[in-house]
Amino acid sequence: MPGKTMFEKIWDAHVVAEEPGKPALLYVDLHLVHEVTSPQAFDGLRMAGRRVRRPDLTVATADHDVPTTDRSLPIEDPIAVQQLEHLSNDAREFNIPLADIHSPLQGIVHVIGPEQGYTQPGKVIVCGDSHTATHGAFGAFALGVGTSEVEHVLATQTLRQAKQKTMQVDVNGPLPFGVTAKDLILAIIGQIGIDGGTGHVIEYTGQGIRDLSMAGRMTVCNMSIEGGARAGMVAPDEKTFDYLRGRANAPQGDAFDEAVERWKQLPTDPDAAYDTTVVIDAASLTPMVSWGTNPGQVTQVTGRVPDPASFGNPADRESAERALRYMGLEPNTPMEEIPIDRVFIGSCTNSRIEDLRDAAAVVQGLRVSDRVGAMVVPGSYAIKQQAEAEGLDRIFLDAGFEWRNAGCSMCLAMNPDQLLPGERCASTSNRNFEGRQGKDGRTHLVSPQMAAAAAIAGHFVDIREWKN
Amino acid sequence: MDAFTVHTGVVMPMDRVNVDTDQIIPKQFLKRVERTGYEDFLFFDWRFHADGSPNEEFVLNFPGYKEASVMVAGRNFGCGSSREHAPWALQQYGFRTIIASSFADIFYNNCLQNGLLPVRLSEKDVDHIMIQAKEVPGYQVTVDLASCTVSDGQGFSAAFSLDEFKRYCLLNGLDDIGLTLQEEGAITTFESQRA
Ligand code: SF4
Repeated sequence: MPGKTMFEKIWDAHVVAEEPGKPALLYVDLHLVHEVTSPQAFDGLRMAGRRVRRPDLTVATADHDVPTTDRSLPIEDPIAVQQLEHLSNDAREFNIPLADIHSPLQGIVHVIGPEQGYTQPGKVIVCGDSHTATHGAFGAFALGVGTSEVEHVLATQTLRQAKQKTMQVDVNGPLPFGVTAKDLILAIIGQIGIDGGTGHVIEYTGQGIRDLSMAGRMTVCNMSIEGGARAGMVAPDEKTFDYLRGRANAPQGDAFDEAVERWKQLPTDPDAAYDTTVVIDAASLTPMVSWGTNPGQVTQVTGRVPDPASFGNPADRESAERALRYMGLEPNTPMEEIPIDRVFIGSCTNSRIEDLRDAAAVVQGLRVSDRVGAMVVPGSYAIKQQAEAEGLDRIFLDAGFEWRNAGCSMCLAMNPDQLLPGERCASTSNRNFEGRQGKDGRTHLVSPQMAAAAAIAGHFVDIREWKN
Repeated sequence: MDAFTVHTGVVMPMDRVNVDTDQIIPKQFLKRVERTGYEDFLFFDWRFHADGSPNEEFVLNFPGYKEASVMVAGRNFGCGSSREHAPWALQQYGFRTIIASSFADIFYNNCLQNGLLPVRLSEKDVDHIMIQAKEVPGYQVTVDLASCTVSDGQGFSAAFSLDEFKRYCLLNGLDDIGLTLQEEGAITTFESQRA
């Protein structure tokens, strides 16, 4: 019998029921809930008189529309208040643990899952959020679902799924100097296209992935959805186990060692086959910047804004023309000459302690450009505490950054953290869609180091040349 | 969920690729806790100017498409966020079905959960419908889920495929959760075997 991929192993271990001609019923080990995609699901349960089957496998947090300013003050937006109260009531009524904005466990849902040890290898993890792919960095099958499916999981602890195909993305060597996990995933999306992974689960392999920290692997898996794949995954290894050892909700003591033995069985067998394989030439990678309005519209920082006329496909040409109009960019402008107004360091892609350390190292002893407003939003309360213990907050504050409380913030600008029309932002988040960070705001996706350097310089710079 | 069997309606051309769910329903409307009332916010930032007046250059505001209930769109429709508010907004505005050569996975699934039928056709067939919808006033197609075909009564006909189970649920307007709860025994057995 041929070997199995990691995805197939996890899939097979979670099939509750399967009939020919019907999608399988998969058991869900962990269901993460946040305020934006859950209220209608809880209302649905109430209307049907149903209960939450496994509140003990469900965890809720408030992250999307929470303010990142002083939390002792009342929240000004009455509609956000209503949504946050809805979540509090739902959690209470259905007995689900909730990290609300006053909890030391609060943070972005995809940051706190791993941080608190809920995210573990071999699990099936769902959340009403497309960046659930993040958790795949631990060798889990983690996928985003819509609100109807949130309700389905709440009621049944299962998900009905047609089995995806598998795509291997192999990063065939070490990442060159100055190239981060963020640059890597932007380059991957640039190569496969924003629908390249549709219908697939991506498994990232190769030295470029193995070398990454868990934070870096999370950054890569996080943006799998930006390449069209509902889930991304990385085989667990000693780094994974070291990360999880001692975390609050991970197995403890002997149970942890037993779990590690099980987790070691997960990686893809040597003779297993993927449906598709894409090879990424690691040696050719450079720091990346997006120029357009989707995450596949990227180029090297040393490159130029492309000329739409250079696109062969008419639909892509039209899309590039639209993007340049929206972004207020002229073809052939060197990326390093584009001036920026705002810098956002945060989001479930790049708000972990490693990201903040990397950014702080770039800005230490320097000042943010007069023309730039810059902010750092840690991914969780715990990360904020840790950063403050390490003195990173001082480095950012001394440089002229704002130092905020944890949440999604200007990644999607549902709270008051928004770009003004026409403002141009170097952002460590994951989506540069029109209006994503504020109506008519212009987003360029970059790594934390590149965002930090852009804040100081007032324009994009090649981080490989940075000296401070 | 609403059942879908057969639907005939005017086609609106959304001639753009990679339309993301942030455009279909912008984030400021996701703070609502209701499941209805999203029709006025569909494509909000493309549909209205900053002062609230309609953008007459956006296809949704063209007089000829006011009654449209079928949308034909460029590839990879519905990419990005998992917000189910996107299919809700499309459906509540009056769309019953969306035709494209490809859809993003989560959006596709969310449509099926709500009885909004996503129809995948070849690029060539989508192009044909797109051109007709732009050029022929009041151009209509019939989408028939029983026979899995799209036709325009003027010689165009194309077949599409859909997962058999989903098709069955849609044709009968069946509630997914109710169906799964019929398998509660299997879920309980699975849980006890793992414990
Ligand atoms: S940080 Fe951004 S991408 Fe991540 S969960 Fe929040 S809104 Fe979504």
